[in-house]
Parts: sequence; structure tokens; C-alpha cells
Amino acid sequence: MSEIKFEIDGIKVKAKKGETLLDAAQDAGIFIPTLCHHEKLEPFGGCRLCIVEVEVKGWTKLVVSCVYPVEKDIIVRTRSEKIDRIRKTIIELLMAHAPDAPELKKLAKEYGASRDRYEKDPSFCIHCGLCVRYCAEVKKANAIGFVDRGINKEICFVPEIASQMCNDCKECFPLCPTSYLQAAFVLTESLIA
Amino acid sequence: MARLNTPEELSDFRQEILSKRDPDNPCISVCAGAGCVASGADEVIKAFKEEIEKQDLTAKVDTKGTGCPGFCEQGPIVVIYPEEICYVQVKAEDVEQIVAETIKENKVIDRLLFADPITGEKAVKESDITFYKSQERTVLCNNIKIDSKSIDDYLALEGYSALGKALGEMTGAEVLEEVKKSNIRGRGGAGFPAGRKWEGTRNAKDPVKYVIVNADEGDPGAFMDRALLEGNPHSILEGLILGGYAIGASEGYFYVRQEYPLAVDNINLAIEQAEHYGLLGENILGSGFNFKVIVHQGAGAFVCGESTALMASLEGRVGEPRPKYIRSNIKGLWQKPSVLNNVETWANIPLIVNNGGEWFTKVGTETSKGTKIFSLVGKINNTGLVEVPMGMTLHDIIYKIGGGIPGGKKFKAVQTGGPSGGCIPEGQLDLQVGFDELTKAGSMMGSGGMIVLDEDTCMVDVARYFINFLTEESCGKCVPCREGLRQMHRILTNITKGRGREGDIELLEDISETTVEASLCALGKSAPNPFLSTLRYFRDEYEAHIKEKRCPALACKELIVFHIDPAKCQACGMCLKKCPADAIDGGKKKIHIIDQDKCTNCGTCFEVCPDKFGAVTKISGEPVPDPLPEEKRMIAKKSPKKKK
Amino acid sequence: MEIDKVDKIIDKHGGDASSLLQIMLDVQSENNWLPKQALDRIGEKLEVPMNRIQHIATFYKAFSLVPKGRHNVHVCVGTACHVRGATRILDSVEESTGIKSGETDLDLKFSVETVNCLGCCALGPVVEVNGKVHGKMTPVKTSEALKLYE
Repeated sequence: MSEIKFEIDGIKVKAKKGETLLDAAQDAGIFIPTLCHHEKLEPFGGCRLCIVEVEVKGWTKLVVSCVYPVEKDIIVRTRSEKIDRIRKTIIELLMAHAPDAPELKKLAKEYGASRDRYEKDPSFCIHCGLCVRYCAEVKKANAIGFVDRGINKEICFVPEIASQMCNDCKECFPLCPTSYLQAAFVLTESLIA
Repeated sequence: MARLNTPEELSDFRQEILSKRDPDNPCISVCAGAGCVASGADEVIKAFKEEIEKQDLTAKVDTKGTGCPGFCEQGPIVVIYPEEICYVQVKAEDVEQIVAETIKENKVIDRLLFADPITGEKAVKESDITFYKSQERTVLCNNIKIDSKSIDDYLALEGYSALGKALGEMTGAEVLEEVKKSNIRGRGGAGFPAGRKWEGTRNAKDPVKYVIVNADEGDPGAFMDRALLEGNPHSILEGLILGGYAIGASEGYFYVRQEYPLAVDNINLAIEQAEHYGLLGENILGSGFNFKVIVHQGAGAFVCGESTALMASLEGRVGEPRPKYIRSNIKGLWQKPSVLNNVETWANIPLIVNNGGEWFTKVGTETSKGTKIFSLVGKINNTGLVEVPMGMTLHDIIYKIGGGIPGGKKFKAVQTGGPSGGCIPEGQLDLQVGFDELTKAGSMMGSGGMIVLDEDTCMVDVARYFINFLTEESCGKCVPCREGLRQMHRILTNITKGRGREGDIELLEDISETTVEASLCALGKSAPNPFLSTLRYFRDEYEAHIKEKRCPALACKELIVFHIDPAKCQACGMCLKKCPADAIDGGKKKIHIIDQDKCTNCGTCFEVCPDKFGAVTKISGEPVPDPLPEEKRMIAKKSPKKKK
Repeated sequence: MEIDKVDKIIDKHGGDASSLLQIMLDVQSENNWLPKQALDRIGEKLEVPMNRIQHIATFYKAFSLVPKGRHNVHVCVGTACHVRGATRILDSVEESTGIKSGETDLDLKFSVETVNCLGCCALGPVVEVNGKVHGKMTPVKTSEALKLYE
């Protein structure tokens, strides 16, 4: 299998063709923050937190590492003033929904993000889609899905399926970066009952 | 008519159609486009058909409902050939006279002609009208000549001759070569060179490839594609077949928004007709080339104009874009190499193949070749579709063709490029339209929306309007677009409602950077443009809203109050009668006063106050004058007119 | 909506999962909204999970999961209409019908929706009722026009 050699933060790295930057970085022990990535799931590219700088033949661009395929001889930088600023804004935007989620608080500390920068909209779900995708891709149950679009997008259980499958599974609960999922399920349960 | 088996049979058949048509016979073309139908074109067509029959002229006179010629402001439009006499704002009642005088006696009816609003001069021919004079209509020109439901009409005007030429004399690679030579850039938004896109797909290894028409025209205030789809569907279809031939695809798709039912019907009919003649299907014109076309309807999602979202939708999924690190011309629909171009791009292809790529480059600027159709709307005298050579200045489009701003108002800005575009101020009206020129000015070409704004338009509100549009149309998958727009909309709304705070502009700029840099697709990456471009040119308006709680355009409802100028009020009672909130106090010869506590700012009084008085005014950012004391409210002297 | 009608639509499109949207659009236009049993049937026949159908039905604006009123009022809020005062026309429609955009009244008389461009910008602001376009509207003209619908 052809090996691709390139550089992340000054460290020489090898990866397999078709692998994503994020996977290659993680294999090399280099940390890139992410909220919507899961090793068992297809890359999603939703939270955009794993954004990095890539230099290809002298050209620099910003790419999202969880979906960007590795390329020969590129130079990757996982931190820069600009990247940090973008990550900070993303974290702040998400904290308007889930100001007390431990994962977000940890990231906020690292990037100097303020939980109160934007007007609150405490819906708690940050639409990372881990529950939806885990249920579809790993469990093949499709008990939960997205509804609507844009700023009205939400997660929603399918009551008929949820009432049969979820009680014995609940594998998606620990994946949720906020505590919203559990609340949504309890609500669905009460609606079925 | 049997199927046409060779390019020669096609041209023979064209001759046959032409030989049956007497060019001297009158033909009445009535625009049956959406704008004219809304103004009553259907009734006019019906009346013509009845009258022609009544007068026993059916054999001699042809009546057709055609595509949109673009001059929507003056609809319904009727053009009578061969003299090309153009009547505007025709009503069903006018039909009897038109048939009696113009058709039978060749007399022009003066009152139905278009009169130039400035010179007052009457124009007999369509091409004499100032609106058309400065245009260069290579794509739109056939719209008014063709019954959009008739393939024979299209064939009579050299339709499918490019296909005949390509299949008879050219290889696919040669067709591609002409398209590359023409330098045509995609008319849908980003302006990517079509030839390069096609070449990538042609060279891709996968043997299964697709060509797709993006007919999901979603920009609010833009209807160029609609006019072509409804008016001249065969031109787009011919372009698509040529595209399939050039890149080696045997399947093509139309993705048409369901909000355009007539376009869907006409395209389906066009496909059926082309299949019947053997211009589509197996072994087209005996060349061995097979091609089939499938029509899919969009279900109402602006984001599906984005290529990867459109392809997801074609596959029967929600229209969420996917990352484009591998271009869709290499990995597109069902992971196969796919060429997606917009309606107008496809409609240009038969012209390029017929006349050669070089011909196309004769018009335009260095980097933008050919003509472009714009939908010129908003605060403009001549609303409509205009097709101009690339490189024409905005000033010429707005004043020469558009006839300037109505009501003696002052021009403020022109918004181009749809929700992802920007506003261009008066100081830049000498800008030549072209892809790179508009981008440099902070806006973009987009699909060709051109919305003219006058002094009554608030630029903060315009930004808020587009951002609001995008919050609802974003797919919601990625954080910078979904959450960034949510917060931007909230902040902009606060500003227009007088709740803006110091630091709001900086906050908006921070979100904009993240949304531009980190969003997943082009919709998100360009979403902050309406804010960024209005801030760039109209920062003072933002500051007036935030610091002084004043809307300089007197447009933001929460920042204005209505006031009746006691010096001008003649106590006519119009506003008193129409006020839905009972907020006006007045009486006979008693100067009217608005009770600010009851007023809902609906603006009805402002609208109904007779122009000759103009007593109702809007005030923003300054205190409302105290109401007149009761004893001073009676109008003692007679009104000036009666004095004489 | 009867199930065999749904089946007929599914058969017309060949029953392939990629035609899901086209099938749903046909059901929508035939029945004016998407009843649950129709969606269940589509999911079953096309072997598409319900969570995906749910997302599609709410993602695209053309679909409705509730019955619509007898008269469909579309207020154009496209840019050309917006700068010519569409907001006030919408206010007037909402006041006359007593419902907000996106809603249907309890008597199923009116459904009000905003649309982004009807392509008749020359006539803006525009209100479309049951497919008929009313052009150059004012708030006063709007409330009078709506009174004509029973």
C-alpha cells in the first residue's frame, strides 16, 4: 500500500492513501480538537473545530482536517493566530446553546473563549450528529434523526422505533457532548406513554 | 413526422417547415411569461384567438403565447410580425381594434405604443424601444419568436442545427475544444470556466458520467432562468445533449424547482418532442450517440443550488452539501464524474458550437466573455430581464436600459449576486459588469440578480433581510453557517429595532470571519457578504442606528414615528378614515394629529395622504414636535385654491 | 389518502430509493399534505428508514405534514418585493387572516406562507392566492382582496 509522507507541526508523518488528516494526526499523537468526529463513524465535517492550515506547493489554505485527504509533501499547521481565533468563535457560538457542557468549557479555557459573548439560546443540542449517525451507521436502528433545516434544525427520535429499541441500547447517550440527548429521550418516552 | 435519421434529414426537415411558412403572413406573439400572465396575458391570448376565428382569419394569422421577452414592466406585451409592431400594456378590450386595424389594415394604433418616459417619443418597433436598444440579446432574442410548446418553431430558427453539426462533423473532443476556446464561465454563481470543468469530467477514468442542468433558480428577485426554461426549453436541452456528447455522458438531468410548474411542463414536453424526432434517445441522428434526459423537481430549498447539495437531492436525500476537496466533476452524482451547469450556460452552448468558440470571445471583457442576462428589479423604472454584453457599465444598465429611478428619488446602491452578493454604491456605477470586476467591488455576479435600491432603502435592513433569508435556507449542518447566521441575524435585528450596542459591528465582523473561513459550502462561505459589503460602503448607516437610534433612510419601523405637519395638513380626512388603529384625531377643517400612543407605525396615513399635501412625514432620531394646542387646530383661511 | 393511490405513485416512479423526493412531491401535490400512513407506506416500499423521510419532509419547503387551508396565500418576500414594502403586506395578510406565516387557521380557510420570488418582480409587492397573482399591492388593497375569499 502506498505511503504518503508529509509534515504536521514540524513533525514528519506517514499515512495511508485516502486517510484523512485528522486520522493521520491522531495516529501520530498530535491533538486536534473536534466535537463531531468518532472513529467508528463516517467523517461528518459539521463542527469545523478541527480546521487546520495546509500549505500545498507554497499555497496556504484553511481546511477541515476530518474530511481532508492526506497529500504528499504538504505542510500542516494545527495552531495559528487565525485558527485559534476561528476555533474561539466556534466555541463561543456553541456555548450560547450549552454554556455548561464540560467539553465546551475545557475547550473554552484552551482558546480563551467567553461563554457569554453571544446571546443565549439554551437548546443544549449542538447538532454534532453523533447520536444520529451512531444509531444509523453502527446500530442500524435509525431510531433518531434530524428534522428541519438551518437555525431550526433539531434532533428527533422516531417514537415507534425508539419505544422498541432504545431502552436496551442507550449507547448513544455517552457520546453526547452536552447532556441534551438524555433529556430529549426522556421527553420522547413520556410522549409515547 | 417520422424520426430524423441523419443531420441531412434534419436540415431537409427544417427547409420543409420553412417552406410551409409565409414570412409575410402576420403573426401575433403575446408574451405568456409569468409577469405578463399576472398582468392578464392569458385573457389577451384568448381574446385574440376568438377574434381571429370570428374574423375568419385562422388560416392566415398565427397567434402564439411565447416566452418572456423581458420587458415585464409594460406587460402584457404583444408583438405583431413581420412588421415587429410592439404594443404594450395590452388588455383584452384592445384586441378587437388591433385585429381590425393592425392585422387587417396594417395600421399602427398609436395609443398602444410604448412612449419613452423622458422624450415622450413613441416607438413602433420592439427594437426601437430604449429598453431594448442598448441590449445585446443573443440568448433571449428567440423567446418572443417561439411558441414555447412548439419544437417546429425552434427548428425553424436554426434549432438543433448545432447538434446536427456536432454529430455530423465533429468529435466530442472537438465540441469540448470550442467550448474551451469560448472561455465561457458558468452563469450560475462562481463563474468557473465551463470548458475546464468539462475537460476534467471527460478525462476522468470512470466510464459512467453525467451532465446536469441546474434549474433550481433560488435567488429572490431573479428570474432569468425561469424565462429561458419556460420560453425556450429546447435551447437548454440542445446545450445539454451537446454537453453529453462532448464529455461522453449518456445520461443527463434537469433539476427544476417545483415552484416553476410551467417550466417543468415545458421541459418535459420538449424532451418528449425531441425524442419523437430522434434528437434524443438511441442513436441520435444516426450517429451512434445515445443520450437520455430525466427531469427531477426540487422541493424548495435554496441550498440545493449548491452543486453537491443538488446532487444529494437528485439521489433522493436531503440537500446537505458535502466537502468538496474532490471536485464534483471528478466525483459527483452517485460518485460519478458529473458536469453541472446553470440554465443560461447550457443555453449558450448551441450558439458556441454553431458559431465557433472564437465568435463568443468577440463580446465581453478580458476575463468575462459573451453576454449575460440580468434581472433588473427593485426601485427601477423599467423592471425586466436585460441581456447585455459583459463589460457594460452598471450606470448604462440602470439608466440607459432601466430608465433610472422612479418617483424622482435618488439612487443609493445596486445589489447584485443574490443573497451571497453585495451592494455597490453610487460612486462605483462606472464599474463594468464581469465576474472579477464585481467580486473586486465586494459583490459578485451570481446568477444575475440586480436589485436597485433608492434613498428610501435602509442598508442595515437590506443586510438583515438577506441574512434572515439565509438563516432559513442554510442546511444547518455546519456550525459557522448555522450558528454564525443565527447570531448575525439577531444582532442585525437588534440594530434595526434600535437595540444596537457599541461593539456590535466588531462582533458581526468576528462572526463573519469564521463563517467565511470555516463554513462547509459556498452558501456559508459567502453568507456574510450582504453584511460585509453594506458595512464597507455604508458604515455611517450602521453607526446612526447604533449610536443615535436613527434610521437615515426612514425605513426601520421601530426607529421612526409618523407625524402630521400642521402647516401642510388640509384636514381632508383621508388618513383619519383609513387609519386602522384609530390613532388619528381630526375633523372638518381641524388639523389632524397622530396619537403616538395608539399609532402602530403601519404607514397607512403616509401612503394615503394626497401627494399635493404631503403632510404626513417620518421622523427618526429626533423628538416629535408637541401637538398643536387645541385652539390653533382650526384652519381659518380657505385652502389656497379656493382663494382665487 | 388511500393507500392504493400512494402505491400507484410509487409504481410510476419505479420504486427506487432515489425517487423518494419525486414520490413525496407527487403525494404532496395530489393530497395537499403528507399523511403519516402515506409516509409509512413509502418508507416500507422503498426501504428507506423513517428518520430519513422525517428529515426530508421537514427539510424541503414544499412539504407539509399538516392539512392545508382551502385558500393558499403566498406573500412574496423576494428582494424586489421586499424593497417595495412586502413586510407591510405580510403584516396586513397576517392581520386579516389572524394567522402567521407558515400557519393554517382552525377552520382550514387560509394557509399563509411567504415565498422567495414568484418572478413577477415588475408587479411587486405581490400576493398570490390560489395561484392567482395580485400585483402592486398596498396594505389596504391586500385586506380588501382577502375579504373576497370564502
